Amino acid sequence: MKKFTTLNSHIIPLAIDNVDTDMIIPAQHLKSVSKEGYGENVFSALRSMYPDFVLNKPQYNTGKILVSKENFGCGSSREHAVWAIQQYGIETVICNSFSDIFFNNSAKNGLLLITQPLEVINEMLAIAEQDSTAVMTVDLPNQSISYNGKGYHFDYDGFRKHCLINGLDDLDYLMSHASEINKYEEHHGKA
Amino acid sequence: MKQNIINKIWNTHLVHSKAGFPEMLYIDRILLHEVTSAQAFAELKNRNIPIRNKHNIIATVDHSIPTDKNRIVIADEIARKQVDTLRANCKETGITIYDIDSHHQGIVHVVGPELGFTLPGKTIICGDSHTSTHGAFGALAFGVGTSEITHAMASSCILQDKPKTYKVEFKGMPNQYFTAKDAILKLIAEIGIGGGKGCVIEYVGEYIRSLSMEARMTICNMSIECGARAGLIAPDATTLSYLEGREYAPKGADWEQAKQEWLALASDEGADYDYSITIDISGAGPMITWGINPEHAIALNETTPAINAGGDKATLEKAYAYTQLQPGQSLIGTAIDFAFVGSCTNGRIEDLRAVAKILDGRKVANNVTMYIVPGSEQVMEMAQAEGLDKIFAAAGADFRMPGCSMCLAMNPDKVPEGKRCISTTNRNFIGRQGPNSITHLASPQTVAASAVLGKIAGQEHLA
Repeated sequence: MKKFTTLNSHIIPLAIDNVDTDMIIPAQHLKSVSKEGYGENVFSALRSMYPDFVLNKPQYNTGKILVSKENFGCGSSREHAVWAIQQYGIETVICNSFSDIFFNNSAKNGLLLITQPLEVINEMLAIAEQDSTAVMTVDLPNQSISYNGKGYHFDYDGFRKHCLINGLDDLDYLMSHASEINKYEEHHGKA
Repeated sequence: MKQNIINKIWNTHLVHSKAGFPEMLYIDRILLHEVTSAQAFAELKNRNIPIRNKHNIIATVDHSIPTDKNRIVIADEIARKQVDTLRANCKETGITIYDIDSHHQGIVHVVGPELGFTLPGKTIICGDSHTSTHGAFGALAFGVGTSEITHAMASSCILQDKPKTYKVEFKGMPNQYFTAKDAILKLIAEIGIGGGKGCVIEYVGEYIRSLSMEARMTICNMSIECGARAGLIAPDATTLSYLEGREYAPKGADWEQAKQEWLALASDEGADYDYSITIDISGAGPMITWGINPEHAIALNETTPAINAGGDKATLEKAYAYTQLQPGQSLIGTAIDFAFVGSCTNGRIEDLRAVAKILDGRKVANNVTMYIVPGSEQVMEMAQAEGLDKIFAAAGADFRMPGCSMCLAMNPDKVPEGKRCISTTNRNFIGRQGPNSITHLASPQTVAASAVLGKIAGQEHLA
């Protein structure tokens, strides 16, 4: 897994609630047997339906930070949604809240999800919409965001922070606890 | 200490727990299908990690396969490769697959219960959000991504933060046309699409106890649509009578012992929950969605909400523009082009019987194409044995082979652009049943009545 420490980038403002994983990667693009090739189809239905959709605007092409509102990533458990976002070039998503499965899937792939209060989100969205060249800095070790001359703290789970900064994945952690798993199975029997 | 069923199951499955770390939870059962498993098999192979407990895993094909009679031939080359990859992976690793020659193929959430692979008190995962369905049996069952499938195949464990517990009680008795689908839509309309985030819901109350296993599965299935990680219902006599004698269910003395253990899972009287809500369904009637996510649901006899009725105004405006409806209107009488009965929400035998009862002696309207897709081969064979297939054919509906079909439009079954469908599925997201298609979620009975009348209608509107 790729390590994540700090990121400087423009912001992509996606000012809606309940961005579902069908929107992020529509089902017709899920037939692959690999983890690659999803980036070009990220938000494909919305991009074709709405000419003014944010990812159709050239000035937001280079953004690596996506800002949206409430309940981002709801719906289907498809991890392809995380792969698609990352392969498009987005490394951080900032929202007021995320759905549980999407949150888990993101941490396991090194996509940093940050939650912020709605008033901060609205401020970020307004700035990004007015000025597509505004630059934001995300600093994971210090759990801080700075942009527009202001700094903000974000909470982040210690275990997931450790994994992201060091590029470690959960499987190594689980496998390192094999003796506990053996003990569990000796006591409970294999299911 | 008094415990609810959610914490009882969670605590007995804890393998390792450390402050500041997510908990290591033991997983008893893994269900696989073609869409979310290939990358998991590949990862294990690349890292040279064997599957820890392959007898705890079963697979079937459901999302990408065609549902026409000649479904053995998969015309879409990419879909064919995906299905063949699952077959090859199962063969290579010795995992049981219920393929289309097995008489047990079907939607993974229909097949698991009917084989008795889904059992009370178990932890169950699948790379599909509607894994919450299996909670109807008093199992802790949740949808995960492909990474967590990989983890569970390798270690029989996944890392999860302990969920919050949420008690949902349905109170009162609804009208005769109200179904389990209407109950869950009413809950989602009330608490919202993110209302259950971070939680496992336990459904309780007289109404829940009165429901069949099929109806309980419909309710648990859509728990994910209010953002809950899982939904469950404590096992009771209904659960036991459904499971007895099924292929993977314990037999003989083991069955007697299992029964006692399962009934003991029920939440202790007076147990605490992090959240609770009571939904009053006294006199309630059928529900239907009007917008672009499942919280956009109203009673069939209500009118659509105003733009400033609450929630995100931009989303409501977008929803009305997409569904070509206006605030303040009744949906009754809105012309439809398609009617779909099926999916892991409502593709069970009880759903098909309810539809057949309405279609018997009636015809699907000329302007409507109706698909009825059984959730599994067992459901299909039961429907044929009961003569439901003949009723469907006489009514002019297309009774197809088992699969996810038009629920998510991954196979050739799609609602065409701009067409309006009334559907027993679980999501009315933008383009869910096909690019630019419009979906109204409703019960099988409401879908059947609407199909006959050619426009959105309830059973009470039938002559």
